[in-house]
Amino acid sequence: MASTAGTTNSFKLELLEGVHNFSSVNPARTANTVDVFKAALYTTTATLGPTTTVYATTGEVGVGTTNYTAGGQTITNATNPVLYSNTATWTPSANITWTALTAPTAFDTVLIYNSSQGNKTVSVHTFGAQIVTAGNFTLTMPIPGAGTSLINLA
Amino acid sequence: MIITTTLGDMDETLLVKTTGFQDSSIDRVEWVEYRLPTDPEGTHIHRSVHVVIKPPANPVTITSNL
Repeated sequence: MASTAGTTNSFKLELLEGVHNFSSVNPARTANTVDVFKAALYTTTATLGPTTTVYATTGEVGVGTTNYTAGGQTITNATNPVLYSNTATWTPSANITWTALTAPTAFDTVLIYNSSQGNKTVSVHTFGAQIVTAGNFTLTMPIPGAGTSLINLA
Repeated sequence: MIITTTLGDMDETLLVKTTGFQDSSIDRVEWVEYRLPTDPEGTHIHRSVHVVIKPPANPVTITSNL
C-alpha cells in the first residue's frame, strides 16, 4: 500500500501541546507546566486581526469601565488539547465571566493570548457590539469537537 | 430577585425587564435589560450580556509540501 504524504494528525495535536519547537530562539519552558492564557476585551474601534502578534492595551475596554482589569481575565485551562479524527483542537474548560461590569463603550472583540510567553496572541474572536451596565458579561465557550472547538488545526 | 443597577440593588418586581438575542455565523448573543417603570423606553439601569463564541471562520490548516 502506497504511503500518503501529509502532515500527521499527531503533529497538529503536538503543536498545541508545545511538543515541537523549530526555532533556535525559544522561550524557556518548564516540563508539564501549562502556560497561562488570558482573554481581553476590545472596543468596536480596535483593529485586531490575524496580523496582531502581541497583546496591547490600545483599543482595550478601559476608560469608564468598572470591574475590568487591563489584560483581561485568566482562562481556565483544565483540559488538554484533543485530537478529533484529523483535527487538533483546544477549548477553554470554563466560561469566562466579568461580574458587576459596567462597560459603557461598545465592545465586540475578545483576544486570546499567552501571558506566559510574552503575551503572544492566539486568536481573535468577534461578536455583535455590546455594552454592559452593572451586569455580568459571560463568554460561553463552544462545544469541543472537530470544527466546533475554539481552536481548530485541520 | 435582587438586581444590581446603577441606582443600587433593586427588587426585580419594581423594574421593567427586556430580553433579546441575536444569532449569527460568529456568535449567539443574549441580553437582559432592566429599566425604571417611569422610563420604560429610556436608559437601562442594568444590562447583562451572554455571548456564545463560535470558532473563527478561518481555522488553521496545516499542510506540507515535498
